[in-house]
Amino acid sequence: MPFKLIPMRETILAGAIVVLLALIASRFPGFVAPSNLANVFNDTAPLIILALGQMVVILTRCIDLSVAANLALSGMAVAMLNVAMPGLPIPIIIAIAVMLGAAMGAINGILVWKLSIPPIVVTLGTMTIFRGIIFLISDGKWVNSHEMSAAFTGFSRTEILGLPVLSWIAIATIAVFGVMMSRTPLGRSVFAVGGNPHAAVYTGINVGKTQFLAFVISGALAGLTGYLWVARYAVAYVDIAGGFELEVVAACVIGGISIAGGVGSVGGAVLGAIFLGVVKNALPVVNISPFWQLAISGSAILIAVAFNAKGGGKKGRIILKTAEVSS
Amino acid sequence: MSVFKKLIASAAVASAMFAGPAMAQDNVRIALVVKALGIGFFEAAAEGAEEAAAELGNVEIIYTGPTDTTAEGQIEVINSLIAQNVDAIAVSSNDTDALVPALQRAMQRGITVISWDSGVAPEGRQLHLNPSSNSLIGNMIIKLAADHLPDGGQVALLSATTTSTNQNIWMEEMNKVMGNYPGIEVVATVYGDDLADKSYREATGLMQSYPDLDAIIAPTSVGIVAAAQAVVDAGKVGQVNVTGLGLPSEMAGAIESGASQSFAIWNPIDLGYSATMLAYELSQNGVEAAPGAEIPMGRMGVLTLDDNNEGAMADPFVYDASNIEQFKSIF
Repeated sequence: MPFKLIPMRETILAGAIVVLLALIASRFPGFVAPSNLANVFNDTAPLIILALGQMVVILTRCIDLSVAANLALSGMAVAMLNVAMPGLPIPIIIAIAVMLGAAMGAINGILVWKLSIPPIVVTLGTMTIFRGIIFLISDGKWVNSHEMSAAFTGFSRTEILGLPVLSWIAIATIAVFGVMMSRTPLGRSVFAVGGNPHAAVYTGINVGKTQFLAFVISGALAGLTGYLWVARYAVAYVDIAGGFELEVVAACVIGGISIAGGVGSVGGAVLGAIFLGVVKNALPVVNISPFWQLAISGSAILIAVAFNAKGGGKKGRIILKTAEVSS
Repeated sequence: MSVFKKLIASAAVASAMFAGPAMAQDNVRIALVVKALGIGFFEAAAEGAEEAAAELGNVEIIYTGPTDTTAEGQIEVINSLIAQNVDAIAVSSNDTDALVPALQRAMQRGITVISWDSGVAPEGRQLHLNPSSNSLIGNMIIKLAADHLPDGGQVALLSATTTSTNQNIWMEEMNKVMGNYPGIEVVATVYGDDLADKSYREATGLMQSYPDLDAIIAPTSVGIVAAAQAVVDAGKVGQVNVTGLGLPSEMAGAIESGASQSFAIWNPIDLGYSATMLAYELSQNGVEAAPGAEIPMGRMGVLTLDDNNEGAMADPFVYDASNIEQFKSIF
């Protein structure tokens, strides 16, 4: 069935992005220049990476509100590490950021898995704890651009084939997730756990462990983004990425990932993030009063979600059908 | 001894004519009480206080404060200063109201009490020294941009949130003096919400919307740093000058890269210097702190008090490539 190769929801969302770009171009033609679109993608890269991690968590019927705080703590930790040891190679810094993030995600995961605390409560708590820890380790002080090494801030800006490394990392993450969600036992069990936890148990899937792994994945990506974020804006302080967790959840919801779990796709999460990224980057240049900007962002989210709710419906079972066909 | 000293202190307040010379033999002890010890900003203020002491000659500075920024710690410090019967206390307070009883006790014992930087309620001090005033700041932020645009040009404002009181007042004050800067056109005001990423995006948007933009004025410490980074990433260093209010430690990178020619904020050295001078004038020269009073403060000119016995020290101090090295490690 060729229809299945291009899922409906993603097509609608992609169409909405194109319409949006056309609208913006009518007011500010420079926005759709390829170089600017590349900039917009680069600016959206952190959101894409985090949305993919959040997608996995939401698919398992959980939610991770601590991603932004995790990002900020990992970012601050590696920034301070860079100040203390300027010679430390960037790959090691990235590895440390990822591990720190994964460890924080594991804390969320353990609490959800072993203590069966509702994920929204767990991550709401750890969100505040992580922010508090940043204050403790940094003493409330900033790590500033002149204290960071040139390699630290330069790595994510290095251009390969015309795109900065930051964009390439996002593209690589998309590719890895595309394969993981559709081709690995973990990816399939994530869908199974969210789709029907009871049935998942009968097929031998450990629901708690799958949720735990989802949090670890989300945390690891938040850690990675922590480094990228601090390097991009060349500053680390307690409040970086404040409130960003809501944007990440919004990107997932716009991308058609059901908050009830089990329904969603990598393409949806990516398009949802890009949609928000385009809106955020376009608002400053289309010359709209700042007082209207918040209202417009909010309406865009609601309209997109309404679209999804209408178009969604029974689509949730598509995944299982595909599984049936292939088996 | 202490009774004798107190009598002299009272006499000093009563008759300015004789007090100055009378006290010249004995060292005047002025206590500089800060929010907490070990903070670069206050260490620099103490440096300024020492400078004032050297200028005055017979002054001994007692630089003190709690080890953490609590009102309780400051009250203990103030009580011990009262016991030592110092001549004056100049305090940057951790709490507007909590210090009032302790400071009132000090005043009852004839100790001169002023607050600086972070004030205490009017009943707890004789005067308060503000680092600057809203109108001076409003003028300074546009002046910073205009100074580098002798032929005029386009500037844009990058503020915090739409509801930030400080920034809105400063921009309002700035608009009042725009007539003094002919040729300077404010083309847009955008809001970065004091978030690094949003400020960065807004600054990028400004450069796209106004290709001929000459300067971005950000009267907020998060915004100015983010805008400087956006200018560097857009490759517009030298075309767009980022200026406004920021801290030297945070802006050192932007000055180094050339994204910012100059920016402003209070100078802690001047602040400590002025506070010491004022405390000395009140304590030794019988100057009375009353609304409308004009009190000299050495090289920093004259402090004029308003109805709340508050005064503004000076224009915000301008930092650029010539002095950033000195200040970036201070605060």
